Amino acid sequence: MERGVHDRGGSPTDAPIDRTEHELADWELLTDALVRALDRRDLVNVDELRRGIESMPRGEYERASYYERWLYSVETILTEKGVLARGELDARLGA
Amino acid sequence: MRYRPGQRVRVAARPHEGHHRTPGYVKGKIGSVHRVHGPFTNPETRAYGTDGLPKQPLYLVGFAQHDVWPDYRGQGDDRIYVDLFEHWLDEAE
Repeated sequence: MERGVHDRGGSPTDAPIDRTEHELADWELLTDALVRALDRRDLVNVDELRRGIESMPRGEYERASYYERWLYSVETILTEKGVLARGELDARLGA
Repeated sequence: MRYRPGQRVRVAARPHEGHHRTPGYVKGKIGSVHRVHGPFTNPETRAYGTDGLPKQPLYLVGFAQHDVWPDYRGQGDDRIYVDLFEHWLDEAE
């Protein structure tokens, strides 16, 4: 059965598990706060957040860090809902 | 709540394209109800802009590790517990 990119329990790997801790960067703390604020305003709930993460193309999912996946999903969900215009963030960032 | 603690259940092995919380590694496996969590909003609809109502019954289901992982090398009575919604479960003999 085809599994989603996130549904990886039991997948074989030879890669060691990285158990190192790291200090969260400011943007990661802000991302966490942003997601909680969006939830409180009924704009993005946890199930939508997870669905947005799971919809990432496999390559992007694998490359992205934990909070990069959150940001990807926030942009996906807010664009779906028309809160963000398509390409609005890229335009503002000059990308 | 259709099931009670101790009852044996089989997890549906059906494909499901959209968002769902049933991990692939327990699909088709038989376990037993460990705890009845009660009704919770349905993530399969709440992930798509709805309120997730009506709430669906959620259970904590325990599986023998050696049933889930064919080459499991730990203790024979080790178990793994997974939260599963009732609509993913069927009664097992």
